[in-house]
Amino acid sequence: MNCMYTITFDSGADAATARVGGKCAGLLTMTAAGLPVPPGFVLTTDAFDALLDGGGLRAEIETVLAGIDVTDTADTEARAAEVRRLVTERPVPSSVAAAVTSAYQALGEDGDTPVAVRSSARTEDLSAMSFAGQYDTHLWVRGADAVLDAVRGCWASLWTARGISYRTARGVSERGLAMAVGVQRMVDARTAGVALTLNPSDGDRSKVVIDAAWGLGGPVVSGEMTPDHYVVDKVLLVPVRTTVARKHQELVAAPDRGTLVRRAVENARQEAACLASAEVTAVARLAKAVESHYGCPQDIEWAIDRAPAPLPDGSPRVLLLQTRPETVWSSRPRTSVEVVPGAGVSSIVETMLGLRGDPPRDLGPDTAHPTKGRRHGDPAAHDIGST
Amino acid sequence: MATQPRTTSGARRTFPSPHELPAPAGAEDWRSLYPYSVLFQPERRAADEAAFWFCDSQHWPTVLKPFETIGPELAAKCLGQFNTRHFLVPPASGIECRVHLGYVYLSPISVPPEEAAARVPEFLRRAGYYFEHWDALLDNWKRKVLATIRELEAIRFAELPDAQPYEEIERGVGLDAADALLGDYDRLLALCHRAWQYHFEFLNLGYAAYLDLFQACRQWFPDIPDQGISAMVQGVDMELFRPDDELKRLAELAVELGLEELLTSSAPGFSAPGSSAPGSVRAGEPPSGPGPGPGPGPGHDTLAAIARAPQGGVWLDAWEAARDPWFNFTSGNGFYSDDRYWRDDPELPLGYIRDYVRRLRRGERIGRRLAELVSERDRITGEYAALLDPGRRADFEAKLRLARQVYPYVENHNFYIEHWTMGVFWRKVRQLSALLQRAGFWPGENDMLYLTRDEARGALFDFAAAWAQGSAPIGPAYWPPEVERRRRIVEVLATRRPQPALNRPPEAVTEPFSIMLWGITSERVRSWLAGPTTGGDLTGMAASPGCADGPARIVHSPAELDLVRDGEILVAPVTAPSWAPVFGRIRATVTDIGGVMSHAAIVCREYSLPAVTGTGTASTRIRTGQRIRVDGTAGTVTLLDLD
Repeated sequence: MNCMYTITFDSGADAATARVGGKCAGLLTMTAAGLPVPPGFVLTTDAFDALLDGGGLRAEIETVLAGIDVTDTADTEARAAEVRRLVTERPVPSSVAAAVTSAYQALGEDGDTPVAVRSSARTEDLSAMSFAGQYDTHLWVRGADAVLDAVRGCWASLWTARGISYRTARGVSERGLAMAVGVQRMVDARTAGVALTLNPSDGDRSKVVIDAAWGLGGPVVSGEMTPDHYVVDKVLLVPVRTTVARKHQELVAAPDRGTLVRRAVENARQEAACLASAEVTAVARLAKAVESHYGCPQDIEWAIDRAPAPLPDGSPRVLLLQTRPETVWSSRPRTSVEVVPGAGVSSIVETMLGLRGDPPRDLGPDTAHPTKGRRHGDPAAHDIGST
Repeated sequence: MATQPRTTSGARRTFPSPHELPAPAGAEDWRSLYPYSVLFQPERRAADEAAFWFCDSQHWPTVLKPFETIGPELAAKCLGQFNTRHFLVPPASGIECRVHLGYVYLSPISVPPEEAAARVPEFLRRAGYYFEHWDALLDNWKRKVLATIRELEAIRFAELPDAQPYEEIERGVGLDAADALLGDYDRLLALCHRAWQYHFEFLNLGYAAYLDLFQACRQWFPDIPDQGISAMVQGVDMELFRPDDELKRLAELAVELGLEELLTSSAPGFSAPGSSAPGSVRAGEPPSGPGPGPGPGPGHDTLAAIARAPQGGVWLDAWEAARDPWFNFTSGNGFYSDDRYWRDDPELPLGYIRDYVRRLRRGERIGRRLAELVSERDRITGEYAALLDPGRRADFEAKLRLARQVYPYVENHNFYIEHWTMGVFWRKVRQLSALLQRAGFWPGENDMLYLTRDEARGALFDFAAAWAQGSAPIGPAYWPPEVERRRRIVEVLATRRPQPALNRPPEAVTEPFSIMLWGITSERVRSWLAGPTTGGDLTGMAASPGCADGPARIVHSPAELDLVRDGEILVAPVTAPSWAPVFGRIRATVTDIGGVMSHAAIVCREYSLPAVTGTGTASTRIRTGQRIRVDGTAGTVTLLDLD
């Protein structure tokens, strides 16, 4: 369902438009690619503009910020707080409120679906990249009124003292600012984590590496806990190494689902693998699909909902929360590995003798490939090809 | 065992010495059963203990009768000759074999580095020639093997006549029937020896080529599962799978011709509860009916009923066409004298066909999905290849091409030698045994197997000489009590499982043939040393992906196969490719022995069933009926009912 203000993730709308902001553009693209993104909608920058332009709010903000000296941090903080107050206290235009309410109710559960409300800043505001995580995200929001409050919170989070300072330093005008907001159904994660479509220990691209823990994925992403670790062959989608960690705590939605709590994991689950074998395969399959869609190694966040909803073929449903390109190994130059080159009888000899560490020998001019020194290369360096 | 040195972690560092392993009570004299040349001898203790020996329970899972040592003896000799005398394989000579407490132990003989280096030029020349002319030489191989089988088939151990025919007098032949009998026995052994030489003529080279690809893949794709490499190489339309494919075709034809009632009602099906008592098959000996026609036994009755049916002739023609050569197939592995062959015992293939008919009637698809297997193989190969840069990809494709060229032999030879040739060989051995039994040499028809092959020749000469001179042979007085003594010892030995290995293992297993043919890797040896885990889990090789749970069915010998019920999980020391028909009924397979190239693994992948191989102890730790979960993706077996 789409109108000027809202665009559902699965609408097939062009994600390239600036009206949805960077974060939501990603969600629209992933959804359009058929990836299992939890459903939701974007409140476009048109809604933001309607608020700011409808009742002269934009001019009021300009007045508050006029002549600001960002080196005066106390004054900057005070003015930022004043702007945020203006934004959060101004009534949302009724057409915007109606659009949000209607799109939210379409998410189901009698208008009481718990959702995440996330800021989605425009990338041309320069702030999206450097400011990742600096804008508000509200989790476990329920009810249309609460969603509207959260939306205002997201909008207001454009005006933190740090944001104002940052923009002033880079000469970005306050006048043209805009922010979209994503409203997405919450995943009540039983297990969640991250997955990389290469092995970060050696750059091997034939693997998917998964870190996983009980509950929501935040503590895994931030590295606050030691997760279970699975190394999966990307072609066969079978685990080749599994390391189960002792998991003392998990982050879960509170019983009323309004907040998050960190709670102790009961003994029986502490040392149990948090992914069953079929789930490991399902996470790896998802990571592989994302990589294949974007054409380069990816770093994804995923979750498995507490309420089991297997796919039509019976395999576990894994949800994609986030993906970004992997930049460390995929930009590293390749080094060669010690593989006996060529094929045939001379390569067979080298392989058999190499297995037991006999010194390499010169097989004479008849052999197509020089072998000297190839066998004693850096064992950690793997030639895993180019993209 | 309690005196074995243990590391702080509780794992042993060495396996017991054969000289320190006590014989079970009642089998103290076990050494008297076997040829001296396969026994660990006290005089050679230092040399024996300096070597590492692993138990080959993959090929010889149960205790050998004395005659059956011909299998490991010829296999070891013939494997060795191609490495050492034909191709001069640089790092590897042969494999020594011993029989200890009834089980077979092997130890590879390595070549010192300087000698290995000296072998290289000749290996390049000789093995190079074989790889270059692989297909032509293989055609020639097939001709040689078929000729050997024909020669074996021609041997007849007939009763000796009261007198030589008169016409021989006129022709001045001057030789008697005993001369022919003794000559036939020698020829029987010589032909068996010849077949085992052919067995290894291409096999070592085939595995060496596979090893080259295997090692390269392990370096390009660290930790690549073995099943990933085998999946790229494996052929799908191979002769080894033909026997089972023939059964499926016969099942489909029976349904088409409306004969399925005759198949499913005239005899108890394998799936019918209580159709067979444990051990009821092995206790008797295989019926040796001459052909598919009416004869004794439920199988023959079924065939006779089909012959009387309106369209029965059409089906019987198809049966007959399939029978030769594809029913020269055993539910064993060809290494045991009492392996039952489909050809000799129509109830075996009929039982499987009946099972397939039932599945067809339930609307199931029984054919192997060849197109799917091929497209899956191509997908896997393509995805791995795409991970390599173009230079490496060319090496990968070249190694893969050679591995794929040699691979069909690695599987198919098994049909020609283990199944077909050995089937004929054992049939002839049983014929001779029966001849001497009729002369009172031993109580049971197949009791000659309790003699070594040299003792058997002695007995045969005894029989022939007595016939020639018109006296009574000594054997009927000497052998019956001796055979009884040996039978008891074999029974006692069979109550013990073998040690997985003997003596101190090497730091790392680097011998290519131990790795490729037997799946003996450093990790495997370490897991044997660690002993059984204390929890409810076993680990092994992730041989065929997927997960399943259900009640276990322990099968120690092919005779117990008919006890397998729908939905059970097959747990066995080792399986043979000819067990394929029961794979339609089971949910998963677990074996004690074998790597991802073992028959269980290959067949399970063909049938898309989860398999965990090489667990070491599954068949002794799990009970029939116990619920287990098999994770063929992770290589684990979980015991769900712990007692």
